[in-house]
Amino acid sequence: MDLSTLPKKALRKQFGETLVALGKTNPNIVVLDADLACSTQTQMFADAYPERFFNQGIAEQDLLNTAAGLATVGKIPFLSTFAIFATGKAWEPLRNTICYSNLNVKICPTHSGLSLGEDGASHQSIEDIALTRVIPNLTVIVPSDAVETDAVIRWAAEYQGPVYVRLVRPDCPVIHVQENYTFNPYTIEVLREGKDITLVGTGETVYHCLLAAERLQKDLGISAEVLNACFIKPFDSQTLLASATKTGRVITVESHQVIGGLGGAVCEALCDSTPVPVKRLGTQDRFGQSGKAEDLFKEYGIDWTSIVEAAKNFVQ
Amino acid sequence: MTLVSPGIQMQGFLPFDQKTRPNETALKTLAAKLRLDILTMIFEAQSGHPGSSFSCVEILLSLWFAQMRHRPDNPDWADRDRFVMSKGHGAPALYAVLMQAGYIPWEELHTLRQVHSNLQGHPASKYLNGIDVSTGSLGQGLSCAVGMALGLRLDKRPSRVYALLGDGECQEGNVWEAVMSAAHHRVNRLTAIIDRNRLQIDGSTEKIKALGELAPKFQAFGWNVLEVPGHDYTALFDALDKADAWAESSDKPTVIIANTTKGCGVSFMENQAGWHGKAPNKEQFEQAMTELDATYKALLASS
Repeated sequence: MDLSTLPKKALRKQFGETLVALGKTNPNIVVLDADLACSTQTQMFADAYPERFFNQGIAEQDLLNTAAGLATVGKIPFLSTFAIFATGKAWEPLRNTICYSNLNVKICPTHSGLSLGEDGASHQSIEDIALTRVIPNLTVIVPSDAVETDAVIRWAAEYQGPVYVRLVRPDCPVIHVQENYTFNPYTIEVLREGKDITLVGTGETVYHCLLAAERLQKDLGISAEVLNACFIKPFDSQTLLASATKTGRVITVESHQVIGGLGGAVCEALCDSTPVPVKRLGTQDRFGQSGKAEDLFKEYGIDWTSIVEAAKNFVQ
Repeated sequence: MTLVSPGIQMQGFLPFDQKTRPNETALKTLAAKLRLDILTMIFEAQSGHPGSSFSCVEILLSLWFAQMRHRPDNPDWADRDRFVMSKGHGAPALYAVLMQAGYIPWEELHTLRQVHSNLQGHPASKYLNGIDVSTGSLGQGLSCAVGMALGLRLDKRPSRVYALLGDGECQEGNVWEAVMSAAHHRVNRLTAIIDRNRLQIDGSTEKIKALGELAPKFQAFGWNVLEVPGHDYTALFDALDKADAWAESSDKPTVIIANTTKGCGVSFMENQAGWHGKAPNKEQFEQAMTELDATYKALLASS
């Protein structure tokens, strides 16, 4: 696979298309948004099935609680807005109404993490994995590309219970090949085998881990294993432990705070039985800022060059 | 003194799966008896909200015993009317009503707020039939009720949706988000009832953060509005009948502002913010039970 020439597709666009496809066969699927339907791409569903789409206006607590009510009468609500609002402004409805009642609501915000870019720190959710991961009953998923997003949304529609799906704004390289792709829920996907170091990515950073692994092999002869942690909760400790036992070193990479996010989840999984050294790349207890996505990834040390640098220092 | 309630005879109340208008004296007697149960629960738990429970007993009985269509023996009946206890701290009153209706065994009365109890401090859907969504954190229930009404309308079900809110709860922004949503989405089979007892934990609602006149506020947001004395069955039934009629003739949701007395039924608890969420000690409990029992016996004798 030539990583530099992969086709790209926005996860939110895939999200919108998959919802339309699901809506066609499942009349119980309803979609809600909070005045960001054009950004989150739920507008596609709104255009296809206007009677099953509810724009709640700029009111995120109402958005989540209304979705909860729809779920109690047998609907399968998918809701979207920006991640900062779904998990920040409406954290308590998420926790108390949706998750405590274990309702079948799918919370699928787009525009998570630093890659939201130019709007700056007020809109960049770098805490949402931590905020969702701590809530009982909630499944937390971070797809890495459009192929995985399609599979995750379809899986979430079948699964009974609350699901959080973290999506992003930009076009992302499609790293999975649709034709021979099988989605394995609850598992960490081993995208590349290696023996010197384990790179764990989630969402957008998986692609950067793959790029870094290629360069580490080519330039430095370092063999890196690349793991795609699509499911943050429940977390596939088994695959992680097997890899960490083999390589003895782990780097985690996320467009999120290292506190409480993927880095936190990985360390929690390792500390019980395989306490190998872990280097956590992500925002280091620091807010984001305005900028282009690629510039921000570099600034916050989560692009592939930063991973190469960290791995080199770690191994040598 | 511990009163174990066997529940008074259900004849005259059944069936619940159609709208009924039971004899008001029987409902008054039942309310008096449920107040004994409510206070027993809170006294035994040494925790709970007597004032907030006592203000909504007649509202809850009007809904569950005279208005809503539901089936205690088939709690998931798809065409049932829905109820959201947005003021979740009134849970003991709701539990007493659900016990009387047959949703909860009477012996659980003694387990309120204890480990492993189905009677959580605030209503939790995972433990009980008759409760579709957990509440307790104020301000959220009306949005849930709007969502229920939207879903039921999509399925063309005849069900109505009722939400009971506290008046202090109306200081929550989410309530007004839901008020706008309900009007915008024209969910005319939704009825919100505000337990307007004019007190919240820290004192008078008007002193803490004035709610002012709620009726014109709801009117301005596009709702049908009714205001009634909230312990008066005739007035409550009349309002619920009007809401029913409007559900067919208008495209607006309806709010019933029920003016109530916090702590209603116990002289020293009435209109006292201090009894919002405090359990009585033994002496207070006995005095209150003597009062409530006298009311109950007098009603029994008259019926």
